[in-house]
Amino acid sequence: MKVNLSRYEFSGHESQEIDDLKRLDRHEQESMKMAGFDANENNRSASFVQIDHNHAYCKSYDPGVEILPLGLALKVNEGLARYQWQLLKPGKDEYTRMAAEHTHGGYVIRIKKGARLTAPVQSCLMMHSDNVGQNVHNIVIVEEGAEAHILSGCTTTEADQSAAHIGISEFYVEKNAHLTFTMVHNWGGQVEVRPRSAGLVEAGGSFLSNYVSLKPAKNLQMYPSVTMKGAASVSRFNSVIVASEGTYMDVGNRVVLDAPDTRTEIVSHAIASGGHIIARGHIQANHSPAKGHLECQGLLLRNGIIQAIPELDGRAEGVELSHEAAVGKIARDELEYLMIRGLTEEEATSAIVRGFLNIDIMGLPPELRIQIDNAIAETQKSML
Amino acid sequence: MLSINNLHVSIDGRPVLKGINLDIDRGETVILFGPNGSGKTTLLYTIMGIGNYDITDGSIIFNGTDITSLPPYERAHLGIGMSMQRPPSIHGLKTRDLVELCSGERKIDIEALAAKVNMESFLDRDINLGFSGGEIKRSEILQLMAQKPELVLFDEPESGVDVENMALVGKMARELLEDNLHPDRRHTMMELKHERRTSGLIITHTGHILDYITADRGHVLYNGILCCADNPKRILEHLAQYGYRECIRCLT
Repeated sequence: MKVNLSRYEFSGHESQEIDDLKRLDRHEQESMKMAGFDANENNRSASFVQIDHNHAYCKSYDPGVEILPLGLALKVNEGLARYQWQLLKPGKDEYTRMAAEHTHGGYVIRIKKGARLTAPVQSCLMMHSDNVGQNVHNIVIVEEGAEAHILSGCTTTEADQSAAHIGISEFYVEKNAHLTFTMVHNWGGQVEVRPRSAGLVEAGGSFLSNYVSLKPAKNLQMYPSVTMKGAASVSRFNSVIVASEGTYMDVGNRVVLDAPDTRTEIVSHAIASGGHIIARGHIQANHSPAKGHLECQGLLLRNGIIQAIPELDGRAEGVELSHEAAVGKIARDELEYLMIRGLTEEEATSAIVRGFLNIDIMGLPPELRIQIDNAIAETQKSML
Repeated sequence: MLSINNLHVSIDGRPVLKGINLDIDRGETVILFGPNGSGKTTLLYTIMGIGNYDITDGSIIFNGTDITSLPPYERAHLGIGMSMQRPPSIHGLKTRDLVELCSGERKIDIEALAAKVNMESFLDRDINLGFSGGEIKRSEILQLMAQKPELVLFDEPESGVDVENMALVGKMARELLEDNLHPDRRHTMMELKHERRTSGLIITHTGHILDYITADRGHVLYNGILCCADNPKRILEHLAQYGYRECIRCLT
C-alpha cells in the first residue's frame, strides 16, 4: 500500500519552542498522555517533544543522558555524524528518501558509558496541524555498560486529523549495554505511518523492544530490523496491536543473529476487530549456537483479517529457530470455562480479550501501565 | 436438589446419553464410575450447560428450576459449580483475577483461601498456564471455594495428581463438600451433617478420592446408561475384581 506523499504539507509548520509543558493546550496534553508522555515529568530522566516540523521541548535531568534535537546534536558533537544513516540507507524507499531530503529534526539520545538510569527518558513526536507531513530522524546510542528505558510516544492531536508520519530511527546498543525501548502509537483513522528503523546490538548487550498500538490508523507499515552483532547479545520484541475497522497495519520484526550465543524472541498479540493486520516476522541465524523464537497470536473479531507470515532462516548447523502462530476467534472452551464460573458471555469475552492484550511482560512504569490498561478498557468497548 | 429425568444427549447426531435418571439430594455426595467413553464427562457438561451437545429428550431440574436450556453462567448463579479435568489456560488472565471473578459480589480473602490449597505463589500466574496435574486440581478447588456452589461437579479429582498432592486435593474436596464442619458444644456432628447443604457428583476412575470423602451412593455409567446403585466402595471392589464386563450382564 502506497502513501500519496503529495497530499501532505512537508513545510511551513514550524512550531515554537516552549519552556513549560503546561503551556501546551489541553488537546495536546491529552494526546501526549495517551502516547505515554507525562507532561508533569514525574520520574523522568529526560524529555523531548517535537510538534510538527520542530522540536518544542528538550531537557535532561540526569547527567547520564545527553538529549538533543537532531540538527543541534550534529552541530555540537561531530562524532555523532557517523551514527546517522549507518544502519539505514537514504535510498531504501521513497519514504526514507523523503525523510532524508526534508528532515524535520527528531531526537538524538545518548546514554553515556556506564550510566544506569533509574528513571525513563520520554519523548513525544506529535502532529498538530491538519494535513501535516512529518519526517523525523531519531538516533539512540546506549554506550558501553549503560542502561536505559526510553519511552517514545507518537501521536496526532485530533482523532479525525489527516497526517503522515515518517520516522527514521537508528538504535545502537553497545557492549554490555541494556536498552528497553517502548513505543506507543496513538494515531487516528486518517493517519498514514511509515516508520523505518534499524538497530545494532554489540557483545553482551540487550535490546528489549515494546510496541503498543490500540488506536486506529489509516495505514501503517513498518518492519524494523535489528542485527545482533556481538556474541551473547539478546533481544526481545513484544507487541500488542489492535486494528479496528478501516485500519490497515503491516507490521513485524526482523532479527539477524549474527554472532554466536545470540538469542531473540519476537512475540506479538494482534487483534483485528474489523481491521486488517499483516503480522510478519523474520529471524535469520548466521552463527551457532543461536536461538530464536517467533510467536504470533491473532484474534479475529468483527470480521477482521490477520495474515501471519513467519519466516525462519537458519544458515548454520546447530541453530535453534522456532515459530508458533495461531489466528482465530476466541476459543469456545475458554469462554465456557469462564461462563461456568458465573461470567456472562460478554464478561467472559471481555476478560479473555483483556488478558490477550496483557502488557505485564513489558516492564513499563506504573503510570504508563495504568494509562495503557485504561486505553485497552476503552478500546474494548468498541471492539466487541 | 438435582433431578435428572430421562436425559437423552447426542453429539453430532450420535446418542451418548440414553435416558439418564438421577436424583441428588441436598448434602448428598454421589460417585459416578464408568469406563472411558461411557458418557460421564458428557453428563457433567450437560448439567453445567457447556460443550457441543444436543439434548434430544428429558430435563434437568435444579432446586425446582428447569435448567435444561439455561446458559452456563445462570446455572453457576443458581449454585452449580464444576471442577474441570483439563481446563484451558488463558493468556494474561491471572489466577487471582479469576478467583476474584468466581466470588461474584461476595467479599473473600483470596490469600487465605489460596494458602489452604497451597496456591499463594500461583495467584499472579496466568491461569492454568504450565500448571501440573495437581496444581490444576488445586486451582479448580480454589475457584470453587470462592464460588461456593451448592452442587459441586467434580470431573476426576485424581487425574494427573501425584500421591503427595492427592492428600491435599482429597482433603480440600472434602472441605468443599462438607463446608469444613466440626462438632461444637451446641451441635453434634450428626446434626451438622444434616445441616450440610453442599452436594457433589464426582467422576472417578480409580476411587482414590473415596479415601478422603464420604460418598452416599455410587453409580456406574456404561454406554450412556446409568446402571447399578450401590455403596461406592462396594462398586469399586466389584470393578476391581470383575471390571466393567459385569455391567453388560446387568444391563442385558
